[in-house]
Amino acid sequence: MQFNITSQFLHIFSLTFFLIITSSLSQSNQFCDAGTEIPSSKLLIKGGTVVNGHHQQMADVYVEDGIIVAVNPNFRVGDDVTVIDATGKYVLPGGIDPHTHLDMDVGFTATVDDFFSGQAAALAGGTTMHIDFVIPLNGSLTAGFDDYEKKAKKSCMDYGFHMAITKWDETVSREMELMVKEKGINSFKFFMAYKGILMINDELLLKGFKKCKSLGAVAMVHAENGDAVYEGQQKMIELGITGPEGHALSRPAVLEGEATARAIRLADFVNTPLYVVHVMSIDAMEEIAKARKSGQRVIGEPIASGLALDESWLWHPDFDIAAKYVMSPPIRKRGHDKALQAALSTGVLQLVGTDHCAFNSTQKARGIDDFRKMPNGVNGIEERMHLVWDIMVESGQISVTDYVRITSTECAKIFNIYPRKGAILPGSDADIIILNPNSSFEMSAKSHHSRLDTNVYEGRRGKGKIEVTIVGGRVVWENNELKVTPGTGRYIQMPPYSYLFDGLDKKDAIYLNSLQAPVKRAKAST
Amino acid sequence: MQFSITSQFLHIFSLTIFIIITSSLSQSSQFCDAGTEIPSSKLLIKGGTVVNAQHHQIADVYVEDGIIVAVNPNIMVGDDVTVIDATGKYVMPGGIDPHTHLDMDVGFTATVDDFFSGQAAALAGGTTMHIDFVIPLNGSLTAGFEDYEKKAKKSCMDYGFHMVITKWDETVSREMELMVKEKGINSFKFFMAYKGILMINDELLLEGFKKCKSLGAVAMVHAENGDAVYEGQRKMIELGITGPEGHALSRPAVLEGEATARAIRLADFVNTPLYVVHVMSIDAMEEIAKARKAGQRVIGEPIASGLALDESWLWHPDFEIAAKYVMSPPIRKRGHDKALQAALSTGVLQLVGTDHCAFNSTQKARGIDDFRKMPNGVNGIEERMHLVWDIMVESGQISVTDYVRITSTECAKIFNIYPRKGAVLPGSDADIIILNPNSSFEMSAKSHHSRLDTNVYEGRRGKGKIEVTIAGGRVVWENNELKVTPGTGRYIQMPPFSYLFDGLDKKDAIYLNSLQAPVKRAKAST
Repeated sequence: MQFNITSQFLHIFSLTFFLIITSSLSQSNQFCDAGTEIPSSKLLIKGGTVVNGHHQQMADVYVEDGIIVAVNPNFRVGDDVTVIDATGKYVLPGGIDPHTHLDMDVGFTATVDDFFSGQAAALAGGTTMHIDFVIPLNGSLTAGFDDYEKKAKKSCMDYGFHMAITKWDETVSREMELMVKEKGINSFKFFMAYKGILMINDELLLKGFKKCKSLGAVAMVHAENGDAVYEGQQKMIELGITGPEGHALSRPAVLEGEATARAIRLADFVNTPLYVVHVMSIDAMEEIAKARKSGQRVIGEPIASGLALDESWLWHPDFDIAAKYVMSPPIRKRGHDKALQAALSTGVLQLVGTDHCAFNSTQKARGIDDFRKMPNGVNGIEERMHLVWDIMVESGQISVTDYVRITSTECAKIFNIYPRKGAILPGSDADIIILNPNSSFEMSAKSHHSRLDTNVYEGRRGKGKIEVTIVGGRVVWENNELKVTPGTGRYIQMPPYSYLFDGLDKKDAIYLNSLQAPVKRAKAST
Repeated sequence: MQFSITSQFLHIFSLTIFIIITSSLSQSSQFCDAGTEIPSSKLLIKGGTVVNAQHHQIADVYVEDGIIVAVNPNIMVGDDVTVIDATGKYVMPGGIDPHTHLDMDVGFTATVDDFFSGQAAALAGGTTMHIDFVIPLNGSLTAGFEDYEKKAKKSCMDYGFHMVITKWDETVSREMELMVKEKGINSFKFFMAYKGILMINDELLLEGFKKCKSLGAVAMVHAENGDAVYEGQRKMIELGITGPEGHALSRPAVLEGEATARAIRLADFVNTPLYVVHVMSIDAMEEIAKARKAGQRVIGEPIASGLALDESWLWHPDFEIAAKYVMSPPIRKRGHDKALQAALSTGVLQLVGTDHCAFNSTQKARGIDDFRKMPNGVNGIEERMHLVWDIMVESGQISVTDYVRITSTECAKIFNIYPRKGAVLPGSDADIIILNPNSSFEMSAKSHHSRLDTNVYEGRRGKGKIEVTIAGGRVVWENNELKVTPGTGRYIQMPPFSYLFDGLDKKDAIYLNSLQAPVKRAKAST
């Protein structure tokens, strides 16, 4: 996403609450308020193939009061239990989207999907939890957190927060401690792009990494060389290239690869785990593969658009269509998609996000004469689960257990909420989807549930349909109908020190031992 | 291991059943026959940290009739249950060693550990199942299987079989079907080394791979360029290098890398999963990493000696000591060990075997004037679990869950016996170990339970001690004392089509579609 905060807007912003009254729900929304219904708190999902990240089996799933109570074949229940027949279908943990931007204020506008509409869309697509990025408010993490807490009050599904870090000083350092110890945040994002706005240099990146390590929090990076991107943008403008294609041309894959390599090396120097968000290119993926082969704790997150699309759309003669596809890092040339799919299939990359960041046609039109002014972002929160199934499972590249791992389980483990989330096991939250592998889907702005007036997957058809979504034990999506209520979603606190931190203290001790220094020498006599 | 079967021995072998009467149990064995004891069939392991590959938690484990019944905190049981206190310790699935050679006949001699002594050693070291390699008898797979079935009658722990393929014809092809459909074998090993004895060429390797794919069986390769090794051996002899060091010098890492790359490309051409046994070098590991990054289903198995030792011992002036370390592919230079550890830690390599293949000093002395005549192999079946803990967990390179995955769970999944094996879950076989991370171990030929008179890890000390081993619900190792009975182990049939085969049919279909051929053209008029 791109931030263009001019000093004028900053001035206004600091004096006035800039409220954008969003348009009324678009006609494409097809969900109703289920506030007056009281669904059964007991649920039995019968006869499906239950799939976890590590195993699958034919079994029934019994849910009571929002929690999975049992996963066994031939489960018997009384008449007070609602029964869903899942014969011939897969019963999977609901997807967890590690990367979204709902109700994000970029100074001159905000993303069109708020926590209610974005989450409703997610649920219709089989995602039952997401982790959004808190943006500091006036440089304050605490103020930013409070701001997002308010925005999230209308939630209809569970959510968590990552925290973006856009500057560095002692106050930020202390506030990071607060976020981890009191607010349930265990991940911080640093920008290596957006020169002059969000970008931090290597010196500060190192400080941030050290702080993350000391807190047991995951350091995340948006990896693009911001100085070079800036130069690339100037070059395009000078060449008279002002349209959406200039976006891709100004920030080629080599700049993503370079920044990824640099972040990896700095994280290795500090000995802290690293999470590279929205891995869009072969260049970045290769750096991650190299680091992982050396034993380094690096997580790579490709996103739905990078697996499913290619950059050619940016050259489309219709501005509205081309502009839909503008996001950062850019969607790459054909070939990068296949390479990322392959790397994801064997665990070289670990989980799929969306970077859902929805700006409609009129918002994107701001960049009609200068691509640098266009707010960046595409949709994906509703489409991710179906896309990954069609692209990865239907093509035979991964198994169903792999599908569960990369769409749900691995995210829960990285952010330390497994097996409460990301699993269908006794004791897990009843966030469950039922997928019919023999049914089909079609994607369109006319039928999707996001407020966005466009869809980068417009007209895409594929195999595999999520027919039922259950969140917190409530059936919220069934028969192509949503039943969601604002305020029913919960904030999920995420404790520090996930598995990525296991044994780091031992590695540090071994490193210190290996130095064989300071050398003990007799004091020189003078 | 090295096979030197002269025509003379072949002749004798075909006429006579060559039975080597092994020496009586060495003084180093410290186990007693527990045949007259009837242990309780109910067991409760209390208060430990139960670790599975996907999760760990503090819980009790209740076992009845050889099966895990429950894994829950605070399980209450009656007085008829034996209780083991595991407070402060890890309760884990027993190790599964994917690569052993017990009671293997190499023509002029056989490995000193038979199924009883080898398995007893394994149990003392926390391994509760192993998969051995059946060698065909007179070229017949069926005869080989029956031969090994007999050898395994004295088993005291569960075991499975891989089948070695040393030649190719229609009979072998049909017998492979028999092995999979009727004998519970789901993996076949092909040798790319041992020119003139076991080695098969690329044409036959392709035939073998195609057959494996059609059967849902895992194709395994010993990857070394046999022609080049042969040339290397000749070169060393010509240079007057006849000692153990000549073994390493004649088959450098480049020959392992080359064969690994070739096997990978041929398996990709056929589109079948590939399992590379005993990955000993960076060269081989790099090829596997490259293939996996491209989405190919390749499994790499480093072994304990490759992670723990280096080749310098082969240069030892005492022949007996140097000879201990001779195995194939050779133990590599310092540095390869660390690189393999790193690759294993992040899933670039997947599981650890031993290639336990024990020849004692007098057997190895056969090569005193010519290293080519020395039977190859080292010990490891008893040491693997402690070595991996000390090298990988104690150093902070992996977590406890990773430890379980690479020593037990991944093997069970690859060979399609999970979660019966490789897990501490309700319904799993009660093959369980209790590891005390605060205790220590020391390895020695004087105290180990193998019949081998030497130990390649002689004198090695480390952290982490497996204090209890339970196999099939029976406590077989406790208080440094073995209680094992011949005949109590079971043959574990392994069904074909493990997860490695998921979606291969779809990939094939997509490949056929992508050909856009045959091109339909009008028939030329003549």
